[in-house]
Amino acid sequence: MTMYAYGVAGWLVLIGAYGIVVSRNLVHAVICLSVCQSGSYVMLLAVGFQRGASAPIFDSSNPPLAPVVDPVVQAMSLTDIVVSATVTALLLALVIQIHKRHGTVDPDELSALRG
Amino acid sequence: MNQRVRLTLFGSGAVVMGVFFVISVHSLPSFGGLQHLYRDLAVRAALSHTTANIVSSVNFDLRAADTLGEETVLLASVIGVMALLRPALEERELLPRERGHAMDATRLMGYVMMPVTLAVGVDIVLHGHITPGGGFQGGVMIAIALHLLYVAGSFRALDRLRPVNVFGMGELAGAAAFAMLGICGITFAGAFLANFIRQGQLGVLFSGGAVPLFNIAVGVEVACGMTVLLAQFLAQEITIVKRGERP
Repeated sequence: MTMYAYGVAGWLVLIGAYGIVVSRNLVHAVICLSVCQSGSYVMLLAVGFQRGASAPIFDSSNPPLAPVVDPVVQAMSLTDIVVSATVTALLLALVIQIHKRHGTVDPDELSALRG
Repeated sequence: MNQRVRLTLFGSGAVVMGVFFVISVHSLPSFGGLQHLYRDLAVRAALSHTTANIVSSVNFDLRAADTLGEETVLLASVIGVMALLRPALEERELLPRERGHAMDATRLMGYVMMPVTLAVGVDIVLHGHITPGGGFQGGVMIAIALHLLYVAGSFRALDRLRPVNVFGMGELAGAAAFAMLGICGITFAGAFLANFIRQGQLGVLFSGGAVPLFNIAVGVEVACGMTVLLAQFLAQEITIVKRGERP
C-alpha cells in the first residue's frame, strides 16, 4: 500500500508513452505526452508527502511549528505544470502547421519529406 | 515500422523501465514518512524571511533562479507559437461577421462571472505570499476572465478588449520586471535574485519582502502570455482564412 502512489506515477508515465506509440492523431499524441508528464507531478508530490501533515502555508490555524508536507517538491511540480502547459501549446501549434502543410495529422501518413 | 514492431519495441522498453522504476522506488524513503530534509531547511529559511506561503517562498526567494528559467521557457514558447501561427503567404486575416448567438443563460453567466474571475485572479496574485496561490495561478485566472467574454458569445468584444500587441508588450514587461528585481537583489542585497526588501511580520499583506513583487511580475507575464497564446489559436480558427475564401 505504501508504494501505491509511486506505482500510480510510474503507470501514468508508461500509459502516456503507450498512448503516444499507438497514436493515430497528433493531437492525441500531444495529450498523451501531458498524461506522461502528470506522472512526474504524482511522483514529486508522493515524495514530499507526510502522513497527518498539513499544507506548507502558515497562518493562525496552522502555526509555524506544525508538521507540513515538503514545499520544495510542490514548487517543483508547479514549475513542471507550467512547463508542461507551454510545451503543449507549442506542440499544438506545430500540429496546426503540419495539418496545413500535409492535410493530415496521422503520424503514419507523415512519412514523406517535403520542402 | 508497422504497429506490431512498434508495440514490441515499446513493450520491451516499458518492461525494462518498469523494473528499474521498482528498484529505484524501493530504495526511496517510505511513503508518508517523517524524514524530509529539504522540507526542514526550506521551512526554516522561508520563516526567517517571514513568508507564510512556503511554496511561494521557494519559488520566488529561495530558488528564484529556477523560476527565472521557468518563465523564460514560458516566454520562449509564446514567441514560438506566435512565429508558428502567424498568417502564411497564402493566408490573410479577416474579422468575420458576427453570427450565431450564445444562449442567454451562457451570456449572462459570462458577463457576471467575468468581473468576479478577474477580481479573484488579482486577489490570488496579490496574496500569493500568505495564502495558497501566486503569480502563475492568478495570472492564468486573469487570462481566463478575459476569455469569458468569448464564451459569452462575442469574439469582436474580446478582440477589442485585448489588443494582442499590447499584451505581447505586457508579457515582455513582466519578464523584464522579474529580471530587474533580480538585479535589484545584486544592488541592495549582494546576490542575484536575493530578497532585498525588509520582510515585515509573518502573515500580513506587506510581508515576505520582494516575494509579492515577484508574484506581481509573474502574474502580469502569465496573464499576458496566456492571452497572447490563446489569441493565436483563436485567430487560426476564426480570423485567418485562405486568400480568396470567405470566412
